[in-house]
Amino acid sequence: MFFLHNLWMVPLLPAAGAVLMLLFGRRLGKSAVNAICVGAVLAAFAWSALSVAQFVHAGEPRFHLSLFTWIGSGAGQLMVSLYGGGQAEFVVRAGMLLDPLSAVWLLFVTGVGALIHIYSTGYMAHEGGYYRFFGYLNLFMFSMLTLILADNYLLMFVGWEGVGLCSYLLIGFYFDRHSASTAANKAFITNRVGDAGVLLGSFTIFWLFGSFDFVRVTELARANAAHLMGTPILLFATLALFVGACGKSAQIPLYIWLPDAMEGPTPVSALIHAATMVTAGVYMVARSNALFVLAPKTMMVVAVVGALTAFFAATIGLVQNDIKRVLAYSTVSQLGYMFLALGVGAFTAGVFHVFTHAFFKALLFLGSGSVIHAMSGEQDMRSMGALARKIPITFRAMLVGTLAIAGIPGLAGFFSKDEILWQAWSAHNGEFRILWLLGVVTALMTSFYMFRLIYLTFFGQGRMSHEVEHHIHESPRSMTVPLIVLALCSVFAGYLGVSPSIARIVGLHGQTNRFEHFLAPVFENHAEASASGGVVKEEAPEEESTPIEYGLMLLSVAAAVAGWMSARRAYANTAQQVREPIAIAAPPVYRTLLNKYYVDEAYDYAITGRRALGSTRLGAIGAGEALWKFDARVVDGGVNGAGWLTRFTGRVSSWWDKWIIDGLGVNGPAFVVRMMSYPTKILQAGLLQWYALVMIFGLAGLLWYYLFHLAH
Amino acid sequence: MLDALTHIGTLHYLLVAAILFLIGMIGVITRRNVMIIFMCIELMLSAVNLNLLAFSRLWGLHGQVFALFIAADAAAEAAVGLGILIAFFRNRTTVNVDEVDLLKW
Amino acid sequence: MTPVATPFFFYLISGIAIVSALVMITKVNPVHSALALIVTLLASAGLYLMLYAPFMAGVQIVLYAGGILVMFLFVMMLVNIEHLYVEKKWNRQSLLALLGALSLSGLVITALVRGAHTLPQHTIALEESTNTQGIGRLLYSATEGYYVFAFEVASVLLLVAVVGAVVMAKRRV
Repeated sequence: MFFLHNLWMVPLLPAAGAVLMLLFGRRLGKSAVNAICVGAVLAAFAWSALSVAQFVHAGEPRFHLSLFTWIGSGAGQLMVSLYGGGQAEFVVRAGMLLDPLSAVWLLFVTGVGALIHIYSTGYMAHEGGYYRFFGYLNLFMFSMLTLILADNYLLMFVGWEGVGLCSYLLIGFYFDRHSASTAANKAFITNRVGDAGVLLGSFTIFWLFGSFDFVRVTELARANAAHLMGTPILLFATLALFVGACGKSAQIPLYIWLPDAMEGPTPVSALIHAATMVTAGVYMVARSNALFVLAPKTMMVVAVVGALTAFFAATIGLVQNDIKRVLAYSTVSQLGYMFLALGVGAFTAGVFHVFTHAFFKALLFLGSGSVIHAMSGEQDMRSMGALARKIPITFRAMLVGTLAIAGIPGLAGFFSKDEILWQAWSAHNGEFRILWLLGVVTALMTSFYMFRLIYLTFFGQGRMSHEVEHHIHESPRSMTVPLIVLALCSVFAGYLGVSPSIARIVGLHGQTNRFEHFLAPVFENHAEASASGGVVKEEAPEEESTPIEYGLMLLSVAAAVAGWMSARRAYANTAQQVREPIAIAAPPVYRTLLNKYYVDEAYDYAITGRRALGSTRLGAIGAGEALWKFDARVVDGGVNGAGWLTRFTGRVSSWWDKWIIDGLGVNGPAFVVRMMSYPTKILQAGLLQWYALVMIFGLAGLLWYYLFHLAH
Repeated sequence: MLDALTHIGTLHYLLVAAILFLIGMIGVITRRNVMIIFMCIELMLSAVNLNLLAFSRLWGLHGQVFALFIAADAAAEAAVGLGILIAFFRNRTTVNVDEVDLLKW
Repeated sequence: MTPVATPFFFYLISGIAIVSALVMITKVNPVHSALALIVTLLASAGLYLMLYAPFMAGVQIVLYAGGILVMFLFVMMLVNIEHLYVEKKWNRQSLLALLGALSLSGLVITALVRGAHTLPQHTIALEESTNTQGIGRLLYSATEGYYVFAFEVASVLLLVAVVGAVVMAKRRV
């Protein structure tokens, strides 16, 4: 139990590698960097494998390792009142949870991660910033492992944010390229939108259950299934979590960052954007399956969004010319499949598809990296062709990967994809059949565009320039060996999850669907949940398999083959000019698909505001402009207005003072007095004669009075 | 009516005295020349004398004595007044009484 | 003694007096005014005579006309002639003054006419020949009149006036 009990070493090893790169990386030589970083991841893989082996051997349903109290209550306890009454203490303890779900993820993340690290030593050999690249890769591994091994929502969110950060750093690795830094921003910001959902969901869950701990929440959810079924608050929490998953796992409407993320180096695309980071959303939803099962409407949303994304991305992938873009849209499409599976309740099928997809998608990306390496950096398929003989190992590896993704029987993709389609058809009395139809059509398209990629790249005539043609060479062993390993996994990984029906055909009795059995304890939502209407995978009895199942299986295989054949007919013998059948048949459709349905442009108009509609600008930049205008006109106008008002008041006041106060108040009485004194003044002119006259007037007055008023 | 006119009584003399007095008064308050004002004052005094003498016919000689005193007084006053005039004229060289307005402060 | 042709002479003499008074106040040249005043005073003396006061008539002629007016003429002579003229004859308030004076005249005359009936009707018979003696008796006698003190005071007044006039008119060196 040594490795298991010290499970914390697994994320610590790459973390140490990252720290060493940060501190000393500049001074180290390539071999030292290789030894530290690649060695760290290989050691982590070994440790994980041993830990899982010990876990399985122990036979417990889960293994929990408590590390430390992260957000704790020491002296003062922080009590929070919950949704349905009751109180809970807000405490978060950092710990690790190893159960079948995280074991699956742990293994393929460290395994594929190690392979990609080895591959990168060859791919990045001639690039600058070698130590920085590996430092970031190790940091990414640490974050992803934290995410997987966390035992509560908040610690998982730490890893969630960490992988987002590393994605930003690695997409923008060639930071001197404007397109790269823009793409990195786009990825990070779009992820951020989803992160809001994760936080909201996490805190709502705490509000409901009083704990962030996965085990506890699952327990409580399953115990109170009857109460909680279909409640609006659970609907909100699960929808919020799903929004986060859309951001991280590139579903509609937050998928836009993934195609642009191809600006980063190819190993980055392989590791982060194919095999590991984008599966974090699926992991979170699978981890919260107890909650999702109790919110049927959310499940429907998940399934519909997944199916639509799968279909939508596949249509775009049909016409892309950049080899990595085709693979990017393919990733989005396959992630859609995974969510479709989760949405119809087929959690195991979804997780199985994650598992197989990691292998063949990493294989395809690394193979395309090898092709680009051979083509001296050329990524446009229109300038490739006839490479099959020149880079045989790459070719064969990519062929294996294509067969796997197309769902040709015998390879891993067939098993997982077929299981999803069968579940979509049969789940919950066939409610999701239209989604099944979408899935089948998408499978056809997947096959078509993947084989298109193969034919355009490896067959036909060479359309590259003479110089490039001279330099074509097979990649070094550090790159080809991982390809071979991944190819083998793509073939054999599927056998872990053989469904009973297939096993019956082939005759593999007793070894059926190990994968599902392994994961069963994680997803055992009780019969009560299914009885009250929750979407639970049908407990199909192992012995029975209906004819419909076989029919559907044949149909999906036929779709895959049909796609292959059509692609062969259109592209197998491509000469100098690539003829696109869609372009010939319906040019407007071709243009729309080539421009990705103009979604990015729509976002630029509506959300970010980078493009203006005439003179108005919407979105975030538009809001900023509006606020600026508000500040400049209204607020500053208010300030200016206050200033004007003050000056105006001063003017009024001075006018008042000059004319009213001084004029009327001060000069007025003076004027009146002067006026009134005028008659009085002239009486005292100083003239004697005037005085005499006044006396005479007085005398006359007296006489008059005596004569006329007193006499009678 | 005619009787009143032909039979000269006290009233007639009083009226004449009044008229002379009033003419003198008009002269005092109207003329600019200070010499003429003085002379009008003398006229006024003379008219008062006439008035007194008219009354003395009714009440005895006391009126005449009074008139004598008035005459003496008029002489003294005229002497002093002319002295003042000469003193004033020495400074101002004008006999325009309008310019004698120093009493206004 | 009954007066002879009293109304005729009364109106004649009073007419001369009034007319020359009017002449006096309207002349520009003060010398003319002084002469007109002399005529008025002489006419007044005539009226005094008609009032049985010969002494006063004599005093009037000797004192007023012969003394005061001559003094006026002497002063006018001593002062330079051209300075005797003023620019305008009538002063600023002459109109108003005329108005006031006329109103007063009207009132006075009205008063006289109205109150005339209060006067005693009969006149005292005054002795013409013994007029001066009678005045002298009143002035100097201690038993009949009481004007001795007033007489003395009047003479002191005249002394003071003379002294004052001399002081005033004296050239200050």
